Amino acid sequence: MVEVKNLLKTYNQKNVVDDVSLKIEKGTMTSFIGPNGAGKSTLISIITRLIAKDSGDIQIDGQDVLKTDSNELAKKISVLKQSNSINLKLTVRELVSFGRFPYSKGKLTKEDEKKIDESLAYMELEDLENKYLDELSGGQRQRAHIAMVIAQDTEYIFLDEPLNNLDMRHSTQIMKILRRLVDELGKTILIVIHDINFASCYSDNIVALKDGKIVKQGRACDVIDACVLKELYDMDIEIQEIGDKRICVYY
Amino acid sequence: MAYKKKTLILAIVAIALTLLYVLYDLKGNIGYILPRRIIKVLAIVLTGGAIAFATTVFMTITNNRILTPSVLGLDSLYMLIQTFIIFVFGSNSIIMMSSSINYLVSIGAMIIFSLVLYRFLFKGEKNNIYFLLLIGMILGTFFNSFTSFFEVLIDPNEFMVAQDRGFASINNVNEDLVYLSIGIIVLVLLYFLRFYKYLDVLALGKDDAVNLGVSYDYVIKRLLIIVSILTAVATALIGPITFLGLLVVNITYEFLKTYRHLYIILASVFISVIALVGGQFIVEKIFTFQTTISVIINFVGGVYFIYLLLKENRSW
Repeated sequence: MVEVKNLLKTYNQKNVVDDVSLKIEKGTMTSFIGPNGAGKSTLISIITRLIAKDSGDIQIDGQDVLKTDSNELAKKISVLKQSNSINLKLTVRELVSFGRFPYSKGKLTKEDEKKIDESLAYMELEDLENKYLDELSGGQRQRAHIAMVIAQDTEYIFLDEPLNNLDMRHSTQIMKILRRLVDELGKTILIVIHDINFASCYSDNIVALKDGKIVKQGRACDVIDACVLKELYDMDIEIQEIGDKRICVYY
Repeated sequence: MAYKKKTLILAIVAIALTLLYVLYDLKGNIGYILPRRIIKVLAIVLTGGAIAFATTVFMTITNNRILTPSVLGLDSLYMLIQTFIIFVFGSNSIIMMSSSINYLVSIGAMIIFSLVLYRFLFKGEKNNIYFLLLIGMILGTFFNSFTSFFEVLIDPNEFMVAQDRGFASINNVNEDLVYLSIGIIVLVLLYFLRFYKYLDVLALGKDDAVNLGVSYDYVIKRLLIIVSILTAVATALIGPITFLGLLVVNITYEFLKTYRHLYIILASVFISVIALVGGQFIVEKIFTFQTTISVIINFVGGVYFIYLLLKENRSW
């Protein structure tokens, strides 16, 4: 369980993350939604120790994140940031192999190779495994990065806008894979996402943020609500039920 | 696997060139010439190795292929110390003549300077590496200005001596200092072994490194200290030559086309030795000591640097 209490982060006297408290249950997929500058990415970065917090408390399975050994933590949580501009000459397989670093420190064992093969298969990257990253399309590169996170084999996976710059086909493909990770392997996934329909269709829970504060958190069907979204985005959003899915129409 | 073969070839060329340098035209009083040549070659291999090594690590830490440790201001500090000593004591003074004292003073000042700089900058929470580089650059410029200031004040003959110090030269290295440098470098390398495994991951960038469990600040701080000590040793031994690192490490990356630091470091050390031993060979046999090696290195390096800029420009 991820437990965040009274988290605060200030840049130039502006509270980017303002007294945020939340609990994330194991084995669920949680989406963080909200307008630009709501503090979603900052929140994810603080929870995964990429950015220092000003005050507050973060516990993962009862352990304080900052007091846990960084390498041990890397076996429990993994994070993929928005911009992954790696300027190294790396093949897909080499990138995915980096995911095993917390376990093997660069010397890959048989078990590591097996995990790498599995995650390549999971992301359907076997055909591309010997291609260099700069030869790939944006979607393929994004899948390679997610494969690396899968190879890291952590209980908790944090993704910061993994659908950025992807078309509908690749977006749904990635969301389906993430859903499978939760349903089949019991992973806990926390994801920052802009498209509220993707959040509505694939996630169990949604946390809505605005100006660093939580506007509402709860089950996806409760947060995807005309009143909540009006408060969040300052625009009228009509919600249609199509099948069992709640779809927002805001065009 | 091609990069392994290439590294091996570089090793063979480096060793062959070194042997050529030591054994070429070896006649007359061998008992006198041979030890002198071996000391020179040792000095070259040490400096070349240390510079290549330090630059590789530095480029990985900063994630930037056109930065060398010289932006930390160490060469400038070295020049300031040299000029200051001449200014205060005159070029005939004991400290200028006795190279051991000069070596120890320079190396001590450079290392203490870096430690103070790091301690000061890593104290707060805002430990941004580019901020560190900015401060290093500003201090470097500050030292340069002071060097010019002292140069204007001293008399022209002394100015010649001071200026001479600004060019790396292997023609008069001190034997004891070479042994001392070997000792320091071996100790630093032993310390480095603990951090070696992190380099490949650090090359991915800060976020990925932290995600993969690297204690980023801890590792970076120690690697920077290693870079400073190696740069200080090389500079104090033969003079400012950090430009060589830019040249050598970039050639290595282009040549090997791998990200594995073990091979990048080895190959860059070999290329560095090839460049320095080959350069020194040219200085001695073709220019008959009319120029110093750093002139050649800076010329070739400058041309390559411009090529690099133009190439990057095209790829945008």
